[in-house]
Amino acid sequence: MHARKPADGDADGGVPRAREGARAVLDGNEINRALTRIAHEVLERTKGGEDVTLLGIPSRGVPLARRLARRIERVEEMSVPVGSLDITMYRDDLRSSPVRALGRTEIPTGGLDDRVVVLIDDVLFSGRTVRAALDALGDLGRPRAVQLAVLVDRGHRELPIRADYVGKNLPTSLRENVTVCLEETDGEDAVLLSPSRPSPSTTLNRRPSAEDPSSPSPSTTLNRRPSAEDPSSPSPSTTEGND
Amino acid sequence: MSDTNAPHLIRGARPMGGDPVDLLLADGVIAGTGRGLDAPEGARVVDATGLIALPGLVDLHTHLREPGREDAETVASGSRSAAMGGYTAVHAMANTDPVADTAGVVEQVWRLGREAGYCDVRPVGAVTVGLGGRRLAEIGAMAESAAGVRVFSDDGVCVSDALLMRRALEYVKAFDGVVAQHAQEPRLTEGAQMNEGCVSDRLGLPGWPAVAEEAIIARDCLLAQHVGSRLHVCHVSTKGSVDIIRWAKARGCDVTAEVTPHHLLLTDELVESYDPIYKVNPPLRTAEDVRALREGLADGTIDIVATDHAPHPAEAKETEWSTAAMGMVGLETALAVVQHTMVDTGLLTWEDVADRMSSAPARIGRVHDHGRGLGVGEPANVVLYDPAAPLEVDGASMVTKSSNTPFQGMTLPGRVRATFLRGAPTVLEGKIQ
Amino acid sequence: MRHLLSTGDLSRDEATLILDTATELAQVGDRSVKKLPTLRGRTVVNLFYEDSTRTRTSFELAAKRLSADVINFSAKGSSVSKGESLKDTALTLQAMGADGVVIRHSASGAAHRLANWVDGSVLNAGDGTHEHPTQALLDAFTMRSRLGRLEGLRVAVVGDILHSRVARSNVLLLTTLGAHVTLVAPPTLLPVSVHTWPCEVSYDLDTVLPKADVVMMLRVQAERMHESFFPSTREYSRNYGLDAERLARMPEDAIVMHPGPMVRGMEISAEVADSPRCTVTEQVANGVSLRMAVLYLLLSGS
Repeated sequence: MHARKPADGDADGGVPRAREGARAVLDGNEINRALTRIAHEVLERTKGGEDVTLLGIPSRGVPLARRLARRIERVEEMSVPVGSLDITMYRDDLRSSPVRALGRTEIPTGGLDDRVVVLIDDVLFSGRTVRAALDALGDLGRPRAVQLAVLVDRGHRELPIRADYVGKNLPTSLRENVTVCLEETDGEDAVLLSPSRPSPSTTLNRRPSAEDPSSPSPSTTLNRRPSAEDPSSPSPSTTEGND
Repeated sequence: MSDTNAPHLIRGARPMGGDPVDLLLADGVIAGTGRGLDAPEGARVVDATGLIALPGLVDLHTHLREPGREDAETVASGSRSAAMGGYTAVHAMANTDPVADTAGVVEQVWRLGREAGYCDVRPVGAVTVGLGGRRLAEIGAMAESAAGVRVFSDDGVCVSDALLMRRALEYVKAFDGVVAQHAQEPRLTEGAQMNEGCVSDRLGLPGWPAVAEEAIIARDCLLAQHVGSRLHVCHVSTKGSVDIIRWAKARGCDVTAEVTPHHLLLTDELVESYDPIYKVNPPLRTAEDVRALREGLADGTIDIVATDHAPHPAEAKETEWSTAAMGMVGLETALAVVQHTMVDTGLLTWEDVADRMSSAPARIGRVHDHGRGLGVGEPANVVLYDPAAPLEVDGASMVTKSSNTPFQGMTLPGRVRATFLRGAPTVLEGKIQ
Repeated sequence: MRHLLSTGDLSRDEATLILDTATELAQVGDRSVKKLPTLRGRTVVNLFYEDSTRTRTSFELAAKRLSADVINFSAKGSSVSKGESLKDTALTLQAMGADGVVIRHSASGAAHRLANWVDGSVLNAGDGTHEHPTQALLDAFTMRSRLGRLEGLRVAVVGDILHSRVARSNVLLLTTLGAHVTLVAPPTLLPVSVHTWPCEVSYDLDTVLPKADVVMMLRVQAERMHESFFPSTREYSRNYGLDAERLARMPEDAIVMHPGPMVRGMEISAEVADSPRCTVTEQVANGVSLRMAVLYLLLSGS
């Protein structure tokens, strides 16, 4: 029952190692500027932030949501409810990867009914995480509107989903990894782009379910497809599968 | 069976593990021994280079299941299994259905054994009617029957009534019989499933305390000595039992005891799998008990090895532990297990093995033409054993009708190559004839 | 991990993961839609050879909250009561495509045996006098929720230890999680090798109570009296029953637990059973979240 923990093994968790060939596409200042811009855009689009609730998607969406809330509060001197929405139980790839540890769901008091919910995530990729988040929201209440904010949009959508607020549009190849590092989780702010790790397999090499989930095999990777991130890699964290 | 009457010349066998000699078997007896014997006309020559020759083994404790449970074993299939294990005589336990508690049943079993012809089947008579523990069975009639019963046992159940046990011990004196006791205090073992100790406590299986065996053995030794009778203790399984028997022998009690191959090798930790293949009565005990049993067999406190061969159909074992039947097959692996646990460890010589598995059990059971050694003129009951031919145990390929061997998948060091019953081969080249 | 057969198989990390997952899933019971789509299309069989409405219902609700299809296969009125062997029943469930089998059986080790015969996950919901892993996990979950920690917690387990699967599972699990367990019972109701267990043993409840953070009372069946485990129910409850007077001797924030069903007047007085310090109903509620966590962790991954 070795579930992957967001803190150390999830695609969007852990301390990213400096990768060979990785280059920074956003540094700390640029991330801050992007967040500040998004905060202003949210205020504009929601007529001053009335009824807005921010929900970060664990793990890196959560600190991003908090930062965004602070910025909105600084501008408008109002308090914005902020929470988190874990989408693990709503994923569409649960059966094809080892079991995952759950992230935290915290809905601010007052609930979601008739609120304008802004979902916040670090990277938008296939769109499947957002699809799962929308399903999860539906079971928690009935928001008046749902919007999406992401730090990076790397393209390659597999579902009809787009972001309302984007920190940076980053055209990428499917063979590349995007890694978001945040002060709160990783000790520093940066967005890194790196070539995909060399993989022995070139196909979507997913073992059948007979594979023992309790013994993550080091070799079950990955020609990385957005919907099928590496289920077993013990190494930290790239976010290219996380959207 | 191949030509029963033809003489067999065994070349280069090592009697009791000693120097190689030739053995000529003719007319049912050992007709000659020595080096470079000439093969008489028509004799079949058996190359026994490197093989150990022992007198045909005698089992004092075999369950042949017939009559009643022919789905598990028959006298014919069980005696073939015995021959495969090197046995030329077996004692068929009385807990059949109907119980062997009359002259009629014991004669039937005895006759079935004769008809099969693979080994001498000596029926054991029940001590009490229907193994019920209330009234003595017609022990005298069984003794005087054609089967000539000398060993009496309620094996499977203990003769727990002290007075009844005393009477039985006294009664068998009239014809030099022996009571073989299944030592198990019934109240202390109600619902018991395995050895009581760390493992049973962890597994939540009702425990079978060693004291339930030891208390009965102590009582019976005292009773036997008091009435001046012979007592045989079946399947001794605990260190305490060995100590008590040692003490009883020292004070002059005419007690003999047996240990099974599985109790010489296996421990209760195997039960952690909850696989009932390891369920047996008495239960597998601890490593400390195993050590004491080996020492007891080596120093003669325990007189013999007996198999307690207990075949069961597959469905009796493919269940949850508590509903599974108790017992293990053992005839075909006994000698190899004894080599592994006693000879290869330096505790017994092959001469000792001949004593513990042939001469002594024949003596206890009063089987006069078995266990006699390999001298000229002795009955030609001989087993040829290869101590350097490791064999992976596989229940499915055994000769017994059942396959419930606890040694499944284990590699044992040797195998029986040939068995001769009164000069006729029942097993040759490792194959039943 | 494919099966949950014994708490002894759980590492500290695994056990903590189960408790953490249950903590997250506990929220589901408070939502407007008390259901998650996680196990949609998966089949969970409740195979109950013993009557236990509370455990079966708890597993059933847990599986349904995760959207699994649930089949209740009870011994009564099925082929089981007509003498079908456990193995044949297992093969039948296998053929029906059960992804998980929750088994309650009177024979110790039945869940282990079943695990040899089916491909799906086997969850031990109580096997004879062996173990009841989800009960121990929900007990640990309840302690952690109430007292905020497990490490260093002093837990007294009182009653018929010898015949208790709850006690066995709790000793193993709580020790793994860093709690200190003391078993309290008359010597007749303790296993002979209890001194080899990773816990303390006492015959005297009154000396243990003032030092306990948790007192877990086990059910004591009156039939045990007839097997001479103790002379009378009166003497038993005088020495080992928890009443208001004894409750008062416990530390102020200490809690009283009971896996149920309680025998009021025997091991626990009505006053204690109804006290706010008694967590019995909380344990029941936590049972659903905990079993959701176990079902999720065993059945959701590849």
